[in-house]
Amino acid sequence: MAQYVAHRLIQLVIVLFGVSVVVFVTMHLLPGDVAQLLLGDHATAEQLVRLRTQLGLDQPVWVQYLRFVEDATGGDLGTSIQSGHPAMKDVLTAFPVTLQLTLFSLALASLAGVPLGVLTAMRQGSRFDGVVMTLTLFGVSMPIFWLGLMLLVLFAAALGWLPVGGLMPVGLDPPRVTGMSVFDSLWSGNERMVVASLRHMLLPTVTLASVPLALITRITRAEVMAAATLDHVRTARAKGLDTARVVLRHILRNAAIPIVTVIGLQLGLLLSGAVLTETIYSLPGLGRLMVDSILSRDYPVVQAGAMFIATLFVLVNLLVDLSYAALDPRISRA
Amino acid sequence: MSASTIAPPVPQGAVRRALRGAGARVGLCIAAVFLLLTVAAPAVAPYDPYDQDLSSALSPPSAAHPFGADQYGRDMLSRVIYGTRTALLAIVMADGLALVVGGGLGLIAGFTGGHIDAVIMRAVDVLLSFPYLLLALIIVAALGPSLTNSVIAIGIIYTPQYARLMRGQVLKVETLDYVTAARAIGASRLRVMLLHVLPNSFTPVLVLATLQSGAVVVETAGLSFLGLGAQPPSPDWGALLADGHGYFLTAWWIATFPGLAIFAVVVGFNLLGDALRDQFDPKMRSL
Repeated sequence: MAQYVAHRLIQLVIVLFGVSVVVFVTMHLLPGDVAQLLLGDHATAEQLVRLRTQLGLDQPVWVQYLRFVEDATGGDLGTSIQSGHPAMKDVLTAFPVTLQLTLFSLALASLAGVPLGVLTAMRQGSRFDGVVMTLTLFGVSMPIFWLGLMLLVLFAAALGWLPVGGLMPVGLDPPRVTGMSVFDSLWSGNERMVVASLRHMLLPTVTLASVPLALITRITRAEVMAAATLDHVRTARAKGLDTARVVLRHILRNAAIPIVTVIGLQLGLLLSGAVLTETIYSLPGLGRLMVDSILSRDYPVVQAGAMFIATLFVLVNLLVDLSYAALDPRISRA
Repeated sequence: MSASTIAPPVPQGAVRRALRGAGARVGLCIAAVFLLLTVAAPAVAPYDPYDQDLSSALSPPSAAHPFGADQYGRDMLSRVIYGTRTALLAIVMADGLALVVGGGLGLIAGFTGGHIDAVIMRAVDVLLSFPYLLLALIIVAALGPSLTNSVIAIGIIYTPQYARLMRGQVLKVETLDYVTAARAIGASRLRVMLLHVLPNSFTPVLVLATLQSGAVVVETAGLSFLGLGAQPPSPDWGALLADGHGYFLTAWWIATFPGLAIFAVVVGFNLLGDALRDQFDPKMRSL
C-alpha cells in the first residue's frame, strides 16, 4: 500500500506540473498582449513597456514560468484588476458558496441515487424500474441550465413558493464563519435564517444534483444486478436469509466499491455544473466569479481560480483512488 | 496466404442490427428531423430569425407565433429552427476536431509506443485532470468569447477521450492475425497503420462520436448561456436561453422552447449512441 501511495503521489506531482503548464500557457502565450489588456487601448508605448517590465513579460518564457510557479506555490497569483484584492483572496472568499452547493448536491444525489438504484435492480423489468430508468435518461439528457430555469419558472415565478435566487433574503445575512450560508445560519442559532438559507439552496441543489443522481442510480442498478448473480449471493439466499439482509450484507458490499468511486468522481461534473447553476441562481460562488472575471478580462482571478479548482480536483481524485485501493487491496498490489 | 485469413473481423450488418430497437429508431427520427430542419430552415421557419417587430414584443404563444416572441418581437419558433444550424456546426466542428486530433494522437501513441506514447498519454492525463467546463472556460478566456472559440474549446476538452479510446483500440487490433499477416508480407509501418489498423479501430470511435454529439450541443449551448459562446443576436439555443433567463418571471416561453430543442436533440443522440454502444460493446449494456 505504501508503495502504491508513493507511486500515486509521484503521478500527482507530474499532473500538477502539467496543470501549471496548461494554465500558464493559456494565460500567457496565446494571442493578445496582457499589458495592453490591463491598460486599455489608450495606453502610451511608455506605459506599456513599464508594465511589461513590472510583470516580467520582457523576460524569456521559461523565466516567466519559473516565476509563476514560485509565486503560485506561495499562494500569490496576482492582484484582481476588478477588486484590487489578491486574486487568491477573491477565490477563497467565493469558494465556500461553491463547496456548500457541491456538498449538498452530492449528498442528495448519493442519498437518493443509491436506494433508487438498488430498488430498480431488485424490481428489474417492473413499471417502477421503467419509470425510474426513463427519468434517469431525462436526467442525463436535460441541460442543467434549462432545468434550473424551468424550476425557477415553476416554483419561483408561477407558484411563488421559493425565492428567485441569491444565498439569503436581502438584509438577512448571518455572521460569516464558514462562508457557507446554511452552516453560518445554523451557527447563528437564528431559526428564521436557517429556514431562509435552506429555501434559497433547495432549487440550486436539485438542479446541480440532477445529472449525478441519474448516473449514480444507473451505476448502482447495474452493479447490484451484476453482484446479485454471484455465487455467494445464491448461497446466502439458499441459506434462507431474508432479502433485506442479502441486499445489505452480500450484494451492496460487493457493489460498493465501484459505486463509491463513481460518487467520488462526480466532483468534476459538480464543479462544472456549479458554474452554470451559480449563474442561474445568482449565487456568488467560484464558478460565477470565474465567468465574471473572463467577461471583464480579470486574468489574475481566472488564473487563480483555474489553478485552485484544478489542484482541488486532482487532490480529490487522488483521495478517491486511494480509498478505492484501501477498499480493494488487489488494486494496490496491481 | 488467402485473402480470407488476413481479413479483419468486420461486424457484418452490425449497424443495421443496432438500429432495429425502438430506442434507436426514436433517436434516428429525432436526428433526421434535426438534420432536416438544419438544411430546410429558410423554407420551414415562418419568419426571418432576426426580424424585429416591437408590437409583438414578449407576446405569448399564439397562432401567429406558436413559440411566442422575444423582447424584440422576434419569432421564437423561427429562432429555435435556425438554432439547429449552430448546434449542427458545433457537433461537426467540435466533435470533428476532437475526433481528428484525439484519434490521430491515440493512433500515433498506440502504434509507436515507447517515449512518444508516454508523452502523449501524460499530456492526455493532464487535460483529463481539469473539470471539463473549467478547461473550456480558460481556453475561451485566452481566445476570447465567440462561437468559433467556444467550439474550439469544446473540441479540445473532448480530445483526450478520443485519444485514449483510439490508443486502446490500436493496441487491441495490432495483435490480431491479419495485422501480423500484413507485416509478414512486407507492408510498411505507415501502410499497416493507415490501411489495416486505423480502419478497424474506428468503429468504437464513431460510436463515441455519436454518444458525444448530444453532450457537445449541451456544452456549446452552456458556454453561450454564460455569454462566452455565440453572441447576440445569433439564434443560438444557449444564447436564447440566456435571453429567457432575463425574462423568466414574465415570459416563460423564451427559455422553454430552446431548452426543449436541446433536450430533444440530446435524447435523440443518446438513444442512438446507446444502441450503437450496446451493439459494439455489449458489456456496457446494463448501464
